[in-house]
Amino acid sequence: MYSKKLARLAFGLLAEPTFKCTLTRSVSSRVNAVRTLCSWTVCLHHRRKNPLSEGLTRLNVRTVSQTTLDPAEVRKFQAMASKWWDLQGEFAALHSMNDLRVPFIRDNLLNVHGIRQLGKPLAGLRILDVGCGGGVLSEPLGRLGADVRGIDPVEDSVRTAELHSSYDPDLRERVRYQACTLEELAEEELEGFHAVVASEVVEHLADLDAFASCCQQVLKPGGSLFITTINKTNLSYVFGIVAAEQLLRIVPSGTHDWEKFVSPEDLERLLESFGFYVEAIRGMMYNPLTGAWSWQQSTAINYALHAIKRKEEPQPGQVWPESENLDEPGRATNYS
Amino acid sequence: GRSVAAISKTELLRVLYQQHGWEPSTSENELFDIIISGGGMVGTAMACSLGLEPNLAGKKILLLEAGHKKEMNRVPETYSTRVSSISPGSATLLSLGAWDHIVNMRCKPYNKMQVWDACSDALITFDKENLQDEMAYIVENDVIVAALTKQLQTLSDHVEVQYRTKVVKYTWPHPYHVSESIPWVQVTLANGKTLHTKLLIGADGPNSMVRREAGIPTVKWNYDQSAVVAVLHLSEPTENNVAWQRFLPTGPIAMLPLSDTESSLVWSTSHQHAEELLQLDEESFVDAINSAFWSNENHSELVETAGSLFRMALSVLMPDSGSARQLPPSVAGIGPKSRVMFPLGMGHATEYIRHRVAIIGDAAHRVHPLAGQGANLGFGDVAYLTKVLSQAAFNGKDLGKSMQHLLEFETERQRHNLPMMAAVDLMKRLYSTNAAPMVLLRTFGLQATNTLPPLKEQIMAYASK
Repeated sequence: MYSKKLARLAFGLLAEPTFKCTLTRSVSSRVNAVRTLCSWTVCLHHRRKNPLSEGLTRLNVRTVSQTTLDPAEVRKFQAMASKWWDLQGEFAALHSMNDLRVPFIRDNLLNVHGIRQLGKPLAGLRILDVGCGGGVLSEPLGRLGADVRGIDPVEDSVRTAELHSSYDPDLRERVRYQACTLEELAEEELEGFHAVVASEVVEHLADLDAFASCCQQVLKPGGSLFITTINKTNLSYVFGIVAAEQLLRIVPSGTHDWEKFVSPEDLERLLESFGFYVEAIRGMMYNPLTGAWSWQQSTAINYALHAIKRKEEPQPGQVWPESENLDEPGRATNYS
Repeated sequence: GRSVAAISKTELLRVLYQQHGWEPSTSENELFDIIISGGGMVGTAMACSLGLEPNLAGKKILLLEAGHKKEMNRVPETYSTRVSSISPGSATLLSLGAWDHIVNMRCKPYNKMQVWDACSDALITFDKENLQDEMAYIVENDVIVAALTKQLQTLSDHVEVQYRTKVVKYTWPHPYHVSESIPWVQVTLANGKTLHTKLLIGADGPNSMVRREAGIPTVKWNYDQSAVVAVLHLSEPTENNVAWQRFLPTGPIAMLPLSDTESSLVWSTSHQHAEELLQLDEESFVDAINSAFWSNENHSELVETAGSLFRMALSVLMPDSGSARQLPPSVAGIGPKSRVMFPLGMGHATEYIRHRVAIIGDAAHRVHPLAGQGANLGFGDVAYLTKVLSQAAFNGKDLGKSMQHLLEFETERQRHNLPMMAAVDLMKRLYSTNAAPMVLLRTFGLQATNTLPPLKEQIMAYASK
């Protein structure tokens, strides 16, 4: 199995020079990482060529963009893919975080859009779940009526997610998964989503600029971006790395790298520069004894952030109107 | 990229279906979000409550009842023998539509309750301050079920009902995600069909099959008592708004108002005595009832003296309290063919929930009728479980798998039900004897409680929830 993977990888890399020239012409000028796109699209073409005769095994190792994802990170998650839905397992904290994340997303979207339908408050909204993993967050959002697209570069996770949601006819229709990266999706789905959710993802990325740029592209004007991540403080080192990973084993050891943590101020600054305005930042705290999360004042360890993509060019002194009627075609703004 | 993902998912599903012989159409048509097993008072109330809950709009809900549909276009002339005392809290729950039907059919509010001992003069009365407010309502069980059924009919696009449907088997899913197995509860019906559900609610009475098959351990014992119920015709019309209960050594006898001329009898006594009562002719039976309420043959000198001394002491301490003893109206006859008896017992399920299962009403707890709380406890379960499921749905949770929410229901209801059941059981045991020490103890206790309005208010508030 591994020799096959290596062979495909080698083929992919070798094929790169052949495809490069044709691809650069078609690449959108908005995306900075041209090289990224080449390597990803190579894999895509490669996959399309491969027939389905090999049953369920697909290209498991993807060449990873060097500008947003770390290959080491991807390998790490592959090992964890099958344990996603064990509620008492390694991802228990992620499951219980839904008690904060789902209401946060739901309530903020309801504020903007109002209740669409009784029983399905998020009906008609398209949500993108970046780094969906096993679908832990995608499923509740789907149950609330939203059309959810979950993406994750790790195929095993996407498989797990698809399998888990396949039993429930409600979810089958509303939640779809795709094994790809955000850049890839950004090409196809310009301004296609009412909301993007990137929960516990930003701390694993190497290039936040590209991430913010892609989010900006896939969101409709006035659309919402929800991020939950870990702050870069001494406290977060003590609790997030030492306590969580090594002492209490809440998260598998080696999951997080403190260097990649982002403070809310930095994140806010970054998002503002890409045409978002940050609407809310709230601190979160995990209690290892009860296994429950709660909101707290301090953003020193975990925090959640809600940002909205600006509808028009920013002008000094202008008052921003309330976001409504997102389904109107917005003016595509170009931030480079 | 999208086309590749879509193909692979279909491929996956095809493999799954092949492995299990599933037909997609069957599993999709017959998968419900909630199935309620048992269409009695509590089961039907649960169905109404879920059907009216806005956060559960769009969920597929099904009620299964083995009997036939209980409709009541016109209230029958004669009263039925099985009645329940409905507290204001339960009335609030039912006020979502069904209460109007009940009021239009037949119900009797009462303002005061007098409870006294046969072995002494001790008595306690409960009433709301100004005697104008209603304490609770006596409603025939048939009326309650018919009213709920009528309400349920208006919710037919939210809740489906199948009458004359018996369940023969339940199959439980694995608690954790085991691939290649159906993750839902399977309900096999007598007609051979199998239904799937994400959450099963067992409302199937004291001999609950859901509880038994789920293997939930139950603490239960039979009281060596049976209850004799009948409809009584009073000697003369009266403003019948008091509920009467007297504790005889053999068990409590209660007279609950139905109208100005009729009352309901609930006489809990030993099995033997109950059978004797059923055999008596009408006149002798009526005499037995009147004598049970009026005679003082169980009084002993010791207890009488001690009792009156204590009462004098209390009246010094709290001069205003203490009520005058009233006697219940006398009985002239009984309703035709209305004498029935049924055995009494106590039961409590140690758990109210399991993975994808919850039990409510008599399936979870069974009490002695002496406090008139059985139905109210069940309606309390309905209200709280609906609230919990509504919250779970609003958070996008899988209703049957959200153990956190189900546990909240179990904890809260056990916290409420257990003290009530313990108190009722204690009362039953306390009043089942005429040994002097116990009689003195309960005499003093009752008299003291009677003089403490705050305590009485607490008791009434607890029972009214």
